Amino acid sequence: MTTIDIMSLYPKDMNIYGDSGNVLTVTRRLALYGYEPRVTAYNQGDDWPDHVDMILGGGGQDTGQKKIIDDFFRRADLLRTLAADGVPMLMICGLYQLFGEYFETVDGTRLDGIGVIGAYTVGQDVRMIGNLVEHSDDFGDVIGYENHSGQTFLRDGVRPLGHVDADGRGNNGEDHTEGARVHNVIGTYMHGSLLPKNPAIADFLIRTAVERRYGAFEPERYQSDDQRAALAALDRAADEARRVAAERPR
Amino acid sequence: MTETTGKRPWNAFATPAIGKLVRAAARVTKHGGSAFPGRIAERIDPGFLARTLAQLPLGVVLVSGTNGKTTTTRMVASMLSDLGLRVFTNPTGSNFTRGVVSALLERVSLGGRLDADIAVLELDEAYAVHFVRQVRPRYALLLNVMRDQLDRFGEIDNTARLLGHVAEATTGTVVLNREDPRIARLAELVRQPGANVRYFGLSDDLRSFFPSDDDMATTVAVEGAASATSKDTAPASSSAAQQLPADVTLTRVGDHEADFLFAGDQSSRPHTTTVKLEGVYNLYNAAAALAVVHAIKPDAPIDTLLAAVARVTPAFGRGEVIDVNGCPTELLLVKNPMGFRLSLASFPPSDTTDTMIVINDEYADGRDMSWLWDVDFTSLRGTGVRQVSGVRAWDMALRLGYDQVPVGAVDTDIDAALAAFLKPTSGASGTSGTSAAAPTSRHIYCTYTAMLKVRAALARIADVSDAGVGK
Repeated sequence: MTTIDIMSLYPKDMNIYGDSGNVLTVTRRLALYGYEPRVTAYNQGDDWPDHVDMILGGGGQDTGQKKIIDDFFRRADLLRTLAADGVPMLMICGLYQLFGEYFETVDGTRLDGIGVIGAYTVGQDVRMIGNLVEHSDDFGDVIGYENHSGQTFLRDGVRPLGHVDADGRGNNGEDHTEGARVHNVIGTYMHGSLLPKNPAIADFLIRTAVERRYGAFEPERYQSDDQRAALAALDRAADEARRVAAERPR
Repeated sequence: MTETTGKRPWNAFATPAIGKLVRAAARVTKHGGSAFPGRIAERIDPGFLARTLAQLPLGVVLVSGTNGKTTTTRMVASMLSDLGLRVFTNPTGSNFTRGVVSALLERVSLGGRLDADIAVLELDEAYAVHFVRQVRPRYALLLNVMRDQLDRFGEIDNTARLLGHVAEATTGTVVLNREDPRIARLAELVRQPGANVRYFGLSDDLRSFFPSDDDMATTVAVEGAASATSKDTAPASSSAAQQLPADVTLTRVGDHEADFLFAGDQSSRPHTTTVKLEGVYNLYNAAAALAVVHAIKPDAPIDTLLAAVARVTPAFGRGEVIDVNGCPTELLLVKNPMGFRLSLASFPPSDTTDTMIVINDEYADGRDMSWLWDVDFTSLRGTGVRQVSGVRAWDMALRLGYDQVPVGAVDTDIDAALAAFLKPTSGASGTSGTSAAAPTSRHIYCTYTAMLKVRAALARIADVSDAGVGK
């Protein structure tokens, strides 16, 4: 059985702006490639499952972050090991920040992150909100919607997910970077949900997870004609939705 | 301290006249929209709002929250009118302070007199804060906090904080939704001398119809793995909520009828009433309206209150039914994930229902499309969606695709899509999953600006009443 185990990280408290759409997208696409996705919701206090092929995490409110933080630090070593081992992960917004080194709030309080991504975040009063297109070497144009008040700065040598064209958007509004890539971990501020309109990223996570577990990604071995057609229909709709979204005002 | 803070400029006597003049001119030249006169009046006489509302012998009722403001405000106003009060209320949709000022200008005499006993005002969460800085409401009705227009307010805890300012400023009774933990918690903030708190609530068996925002996040996220986690399916609010006594409780929902239980009622049994309102959530709004009216007129007989509930008709886009060539066509306004979910649950499609969804992303709709991913559309798998339209039609089509809901056609042009949707089916076999036979009913789900376009297009071919939006 070609099962793939996906973990939804803290869906109870870190899931805002449709981050659950990312879980749905990966799950459905895996099924249409002929694999068998199995989703585990991991919330604070839960047992860690025996096997994890991919981890998806979202954004949260300040109260949500407070609720998960103790458990998150208890799992920090485990998450660092899995990231170093190449487990594909997608961390949006709040968990992107917590995967960095620290977050310094507006009043100067410093909250530690788990340091998977060489980046730190500084709170600011102005939120960066709006439709956003970024250009990525790996995935082409990434299209979504950002909504965050923290400014994130990448350490030297840390690769951004992509570049934005103008000031006042992206990681910090200043250096035109957005997101980060470390091992197979992607951190980003892009909501939207991100994956439905960016199937290239969804497929990267899927391919990486399948190759790590089964050696090769071979949808042609398992996929039926109906599944192939259904996937093509989704990708057509995604193309149109991307075209429209890229032209909308901020 | 009085309820007003308005300072009276030397020229204040002229504000009603100038405002009315601007209003008339704006109408003739079609300039500036309905809030334009309000903008002028706010500029020349900032105390106009507070001074004018201070005349009201029974003060101001402020209604706010994410979902249901319009319908509930309409209910409260109509119930108070039925009880013999002269009511001033702001027209649907103009839930900004400026809209209130514009509506006041229309209503006051040239001498600045407001001929009313009480004002019932619907205010958007952010503008409610602005409003209570100028006018302290005597009553506040706070409905819920859900994920809506987060791109404007930031986070929902922040939205709750905005409503907290309203609770703090209220001088009489603050009526709160017992089942929404973020709202119920606002009781701690009520602190004006003599101010008190009442709740409206649901019976245990109805609570599952109204998951709180927190429950929603969980149910969607683990939807693909429902079997993996069975805990956390009960609403988070249930245990704590039990402790609080509700003044009015919705205890049963039937076909166009509902039961309400009143605290302190001698019979201590629920009362049944017929209703013209559609949808479970509108009946819960009725409980909210009953609770605030009960606080304003404690001596009003319950039968009189219920008779008033029975007469209330749905507001613009809240289950409004338009007859299109003999086929009832239901217009359903959707503006946030919880509202969309409640709407889908309240109006389940039958085999012969045609469904259309129109999604725009203008400022009033919210620019961020991610909310569509917080709505579960699987209940439409059986009937499919015949037509998808609006600026973000393709985002919607993509969303439906991932929920495996068959989609007939996608067209971003609303007029063209609506024409195709209303065209009598020719009997040719329809697109997969969508009914080929003539429909016996239609559901059109629209965001705010999409609703305006759809209503305008429908008005050209059918009788569309002024549901209070066009004023």
